[in-house]
Amino acid sequence: MHFLKLILRNTLRHKLRTGLTVLGIIVAIVAFGLLRTVVDAWYSGAEGSSETRLVTRNAISLVFHLPIKYQERIRKIQGVMEITHASWFGGVYISEKNFFPQFAIDAKTYFDVYSEYIIPPGDLTAFIIDRKGCVVGRKLADVYGFKIGDTVPLRGTIYPGTWKFTVRAIYDGAEAKTDTSQFFFHWDYLNETRKRVTARTERTTDWVGVYAINISEPSRAAEISSEVDAMFGNSLAETRTETEKTFQLGFVSMTEAIVVAIRIVSYVVLLIILAVMANTMAMTARERTSEYATLKALGFNHRFIAGLIYGESMIIALVGALIGILLTFPVANMFSEKVGTLFPVFGVSAETIYMQAIAALAVGIAAAVLPAFRSAQISIADGLRGIR
Amino acid sequence: MENFSAPIVHIKNLTKSYRRGGQIVSVLTDITFDIPSGEFIALMGPSGSGKSTLLNLIAGIDKPDSGTLKVGGIDIAILSEGDLADWRAANVGFIFQFYNLMPVLTAFENVELPLLLTQLSYKERRERVELALIMVGLSDRMEHYPSELSGGQQQRVAIARAFITDPVILVADEPTGDLDRTSAGEILAILDRLNSEMEKTIIMVTHDPHAAKTAHLIRYLEKGQLDVAD
Repeated sequence: MHFLKLILRNTLRHKLRTGLTVLGIIVAIVAFGLLRTVVDAWYSGAEGSSETRLVTRNAISLVFHLPIKYQERIRKIQGVMEITHASWFGGVYISEKNFFPQFAIDAKTYFDVYSEYIIPPGDLTAFIIDRKGCVVGRKLADVYGFKIGDTVPLRGTIYPGTWKFTVRAIYDGAEAKTDTSQFFFHWDYLNETRKRVTARTERTTDWVGVYAINISEPSRAAEISSEVDAMFGNSLAETRTETEKTFQLGFVSMTEAIVVAIRIVSYVVLLIILAVMANTMAMTARERTSEYATLKALGFNHRFIAGLIYGESMIIALVGALIGILLTFPVANMFSEKVGTLFPVFGVSAETIYMQAIAALAVGIAAAVLPAFRSAQISIADGLRGIR
Repeated sequence: MENFSAPIVHIKNLTKSYRRGGQIVSVLTDITFDIPSGEFIALMGPSGSGKSTLLNLIAGIDKPDSGTLKVGGIDIAILSEGDLADWRAANVGFIFQFYNLMPVLTAFENVELPLLLTQLSYKERRERVELALIMVGLSDRMEHYPSELSGGQQQRVAIARAFITDPVILVADEPTGDLDRTSAGEILAILDRLNSEMEKTIIMVTHDPHAAKTAHLIRYLEKGQLDVAD
């Protein structure tokens, strides 16, 4: 009890210094948490992917599409439960800054394969029967104020012209990590319009971006992938089939350098605050050398002295961590609002909170190691001489 | 004044040197003397004569290079750091020139501090601390912090802290060195009472001849060697 009292009163002895150090810890912990959340958001697509879903794309590149006729052939492979397709549209809503992903999909099968997108049955039927209908995610609807019945115009960049869609359904995510920032419309509408306005060549119509395949067992993923790719080997459009997670990680790997940089910065922030904290504790211990010597003269051992310094360091670090962790949530929310739908899933994870707490704990301990060791080792006579 | 009681401090051929700037500086050379139990002794001498070093050795906060140093029959020179800390807590009361109170603790808490190393209950500690503060005339200052007390009052708190554990010896390093004459007189009077009424052995280092007169025995140190001049 007296030990804690002494630690607490020592901590509050230089209020400005302690306050500024705590402030530094808060900023570092918030920055660390925010940067980790950004990294998590980067991987959210892969994290949210299903183990029983495969993605088949053109073996050369995503830029090249696959014939629609592949759909029925893949469906016949043993172990394939359902197959659907999606094509990147790349339209602009009002201006370029309003980025969100838009896909032309197979309306009848897409939401069977992606069962984590929850749509009221009546709204889904309304979407399926309206060729110019679209489905928007809840986050997207919230950001742009889309309501059922609204018309959403998109200016095509890959497919020229202005495309108008009517919102027929808004989907919610089955889990918090489900991406609800997407926009879906009928591939039939896109394909038929293309057929009408372009020269009737097979090369520009009846092609899709990727196939998404639901399989019966995750353990058969490699086998079914090989079978799909073998089926279209030596064809005009060879395929590459992989798990959805691998497919998503392929996107992340394109920006791996940015993710690595963010990770490094997050640890540098911790190193900086460790240096600040260690300096504070070193100053504190140096100023109290004679007090520690007096305590040792009275019979208190070196563990007691070290405990005072560790205790003070831990209080500063943990108070900073607690406030920092609590502030991470509103700061992350503000950040998420600012970046709009750039990060479809942006939330502070439990793992990030644990990491923040562990980081603060480590900073608290590491900052006190040297001052505590020196103070515990100094001879009483030398310590007392310091004030004479 | 002659005192024939058993020596509480027995020192024989004691030497101590320090390493400074790569050179070995001899501070105490072949010191031999005894301090009888219940004595009030003043150690005097010019600066650098080694009197504070001798006091530190007797109090167990420094170790001699060679020689015998027994306090209360225990050879403290051979004790480990941990044992020495326990020994100090039980046997030595410290009074410093600049009081060395914990600034974040009240007068009561400062005096209570050495008792935290004992098995006493809070009630027993409280009774002892209150009694000690009454003895030094600070019963109305128990909840005051050192910064709220005068120098003389702080030194009285330090004296209460020194004798609260009922130690065998009290060591005082220039206890009046930072005080005005009136406050110094009060402090010396308290030390005298501790010696005469509670029979505490007091070893006091001082430059002040007036303070030294309070002691019953004066020993002079000159260049690390002892002169006897009663």
